[in-house]
Amino acid sequence: MKGTNLGEFEEVVLLTIASLMDEAYSVNIVDEISKVTGRKTKLGVVHAVLKRMEDKGLITSELGEPTKERGGRRKRFFQVSHGGKIALLKSKEQRDKLWNLIPDVVFQGVR
Amino acid sequence: MSARQTGPPRWMDRIVELYCKRELLEDLQGDLHEYYDRNLRKSRSRANLIFFIDVVKFFRLYTVRKPKMIERMTFFNLFKNYYKTSVRSIARNKLFSTINMIGLAISMSVGILMITYISELLTYDNFHTKSDRIYRVLSTYKGITDSDAEKYASTSVFIGKKLKEEYTGFEKVLIMRRNFRKDIAKGENVISVRGHYATEEFFDVFSFKLVAGDPSTALRDPNSVVLTKKTAEKLFQDKNPVGEVVTAGDERFMVTGLMEDVPVNSHMQFEILASFSTAENTYAKEENSSFLTWRSIWSNYVYLLLPEEHNTETLEASLNEVALEENAKTDRYAINFELENLSEVMPGKDLNNKIGAGVSWQMINMLITLTMIVIVSACFNYTNLSIARSLRRSKEVGVRKIVGASRGQVFLQFITEAIIISFFALIIAFGISLLIKPEFVRILSDGAKVLMDFQYIHILYFLAFSVAIGVIAGFVPSLILSKLKAISALKDASKLKLLKRVNLRRVLIVFQFTLSIAFIIGATISYRQYKYALNFDLGFNTENILNVNLSGNDSDILLSEMRKLPEVTDYSRSAMIMSTGDTWSDLFKYKDPLDSASAHVNYVDKNYLRVHDFDFLAGGMFPYDLKGDQEAKYIIVDKLFVERFNLGSAQDAIGEVVTLRQRRGDSKLEIAGVIDEFQYAKIESRKKPTVFFQGSDDSYGYLNLVVKTDNIFSFMEKLEDAWKKVDTVHPFRAEFYDDRIRESYAGYVIMFKIFGFLAFLAISIASMGLLGMAVFTTETRIKEISVRKVMGATEKHLVYILSRGFVFMLIIAAFIAMPLTYLFFTSVVMADSANRIAIGAFELLSGVVLIFGLGILTIGWQTWKAAKTNPAEMLRNE
Repeated sequence: MKGTNLGEFEEVVLLTIASLMDEAYSVNIVDEISKVTGRKTKLGVVHAVLKRMEDKGLITSELGEPTKERGGRRKRFFQVSHGGKIALLKSKEQRDKLWNLIPDVVFQGVR
Repeated sequence: MSARQTGPPRWMDRIVELYCKRELLEDLQGDLHEYYDRNLRKSRSRANLIFFIDVVKFFRLYTVRKPKMIERMTFFNLFKNYYKTSVRSIARNKLFSTINMIGLAISMSVGILMITYISELLTYDNFHTKSDRIYRVLSTYKGITDSDAEKYASTSVFIGKKLKEEYTGFEKVLIMRRNFRKDIAKGENVISVRGHYATEEFFDVFSFKLVAGDPSTALRDPNSVVLTKKTAEKLFQDKNPVGEVVTAGDERFMVTGLMEDVPVNSHMQFEILASFSTAENTYAKEENSSFLTWRSIWSNYVYLLLPEEHNTETLEASLNEVALEENAKTDRYAINFELENLSEVMPGKDLNNKIGAGVSWQMINMLITLTMIVIVSACFNYTNLSIARSLRRSKEVGVRKIVGASRGQVFLQFITEAIIISFFALIIAFGISLLIKPEFVRILSDGAKVLMDFQYIHILYFLAFSVAIGVIAGFVPSLILSKLKAISALKDASKLKLLKRVNLRRVLIVFQFTLSIAFIIGATISYRQYKYALNFDLGFNTENILNVNLSGNDSDILLSEMRKLPEVTDYSRSAMIMSTGDTWSDLFKYKDPLDSASAHVNYVDKNYLRVHDFDFLAGGMFPYDLKGDQEAKYIIVDKLFVERFNLGSAQDAIGEVVTLRQRRGDSKLEIAGVIDEFQYAKIESRKKPTVFFQGSDDSYGYLNLVVKTDNIFSFMEKLEDAWKKVDTVHPFRAEFYDDRIRESYAGYVIMFKIFGFLAFLAISIASMGLLGMAVFTTETRIKEISVRKVMGATEKHLVYILSRGFVFMLIIAAFIAMPLTYLFFTSVVMADSANRIAIGAFELLSGVVLIFGLGILTIGWQTWKAAKTNPAEMLRNE
């Protein structure tokens, strides 16, 4: 059902935030995603997803200390909330189950 | 290098700031800048471009702020809160609210009446469907000796005919003439009617409804008349009058039409219309008739109906062309024309010879100005008290602001409060206006008829009016309160700048009192002038003389009936009643044929001068009364006439012959007597040479009966019975000379009433304002008073301390008001008056004394109350 499960991109962002730990703010997230996955993501898309996930309660955010580099503007740092963690685990569990159901024969030749 | 210098163009940042939600802005902008810096390494223009694209792309549903409109919606919800706080604040401060409300109500009642009156005036002539294309030709006349041209609503028949025959640019020309006055009869029924003459275009141009008859021909033929329903009912009852013949003396008129009664809001009023050809038959055939001449512009009216698409310029050019051509024929006077749309007729310009009563804009503007002054004065009360008391509400404002109210919202809250008070005041004002309406209507009714009926649309006007009043009254205090800084309002209220507004408040109070004093002085002067006019020594006796209007009856026949009454001890006859405003004049010459002078005249019988007790300097009365067609031989002149023509002493003048110049020809008259000078015109005018002619039955207009009776009412009834034996058509009209004089000075009474009423309003408003301020001052200074008392101040001293500020303001007001009113009356109102009271200390001080009395009473009451309080009570509860 929609809403209860994570979207594909949501999951990517969420995982990135989790991996970045305390350094997860929008620009960093975008950079990390493109570095790790090689996907060209746009700031606007990430921004919208962050906003959406915050509304859903999957992540929390707080403003950091002002730094020089952004003209004194503070960064908004994100963290995966408890609900977010559960959603991630649930998602992983589902995939794992599915992976386990697939016989090795299927991927013969691809790997 | 700082970020600002290397950052993206400022205007792009602005766009983001404009649309982005506050809570998202900082972070978002930061992100964009970070990207920008990154892109800057490649090239600035590229960075700028990307930045701009991002700015546009971030314009999304979740980033965009809700538009202001939606924020305003909460404002409507806030209204409930404003209303609640306002009503609570009004209820908590009953005294101040009452003062504010009653003050506003008094002045608004006048405003309500003015709105009713003006909205009625503005409906004039709007029932004519073609009113936008009906124009009236106005004339200006400038004689050779006149410095200014006089404006007339009337014009000449000449120009009407000229336009009709030689010019184009209009659809219809309607020519009218005023004063068709007849006693018309149908069999036994006789009634007196007033109306006008009009050409056959009348019903094409105007939208008066013709019930029966042919509108295009009804006024075509000579001796045709159109009756209004009211007139027809009196003469014919329910019968259809069209086709019937009515008589007026020897004349016979055919009734060719029946029309609806003339609406009250028509600038011309009539009971009957006669065809213009009737007037042409009557007047144009007279010898030396001026009926069709260029200069005869005094009694005729020309209305033009223009086509749908019209241009008045060509028409004005045509009129100027005619004027230029005709004026060239004489150098003694010049007549010019103007066009005036029907909608500008009433209310309109200040014109002479109007076809009906008219109200000019000048008069309306004066009324509006006076009303506005009173209303503004009442608004000052509100402003004053609210500013003074705003200190108490600064805490409320502080809290509101901290909770998040914007300046506009606080402003609106206090304006709302003012409007609510003004609504309450409106209700009271409506009640008051009903009370004073009859008097108001009476004062205004000497011009056009005034109905002042209430209409539902007025409710809308009144509501708008009271909102306006609320805004005016509440503007300054709301502005001051909304400007308060939240922190300073909460931290230390006493240090606020509010107290600096004291000067403004003082100015407002001084203004109010200046106004009150000026109005009282005005009322006093008008009243004294009225009394002065009544007691003025005219130079002859008017006591116990009853003037009976002859209404065209034979004076001998009437006298024979009336003299039977024992109360009538003496009698005389005269053409007109002097000293009541009417003046008749003629030109006279003595030996020098080039030296002529105008003198006031009256036609009297041989009893007249004796009955009225004139002082003879030489000679005596007329030796005999004229009989039948006998030529007049004698005149009696006054001292000024003798002096004008240098006839020597009064005695020398007797027997001298002077020449009377008239259109019919000159006539020689011998001076039979010389009387002392006397007041022929009203007392505003200077005395002029005066001449009494021997009167004949053609010239007499009044009987002057000397009456000795204890019971006026039964006498008047008997006299009326005597009248009815002679005349059954005309009403019996008789009036004592003194009453007539009193009526002729009614202008002063009206002036007195207006000033008196304004004074009453101004005083009540000002003293209520003063009371409010006094209460407030004593309330805020009660601790100080208590401390002073404890320290040993006497009550007298306390009253002095508390009231000296107010007394000082009253004194200033007095010094402003006295010279201003003095100047106003001596150089504006009574500047042209020959005889007027000397405006002295009494008149000027009357207002000052009254206001001082009231002011000191108001302040004294409050301060005394404060001074009497027990200081222990006040100081204990801290």
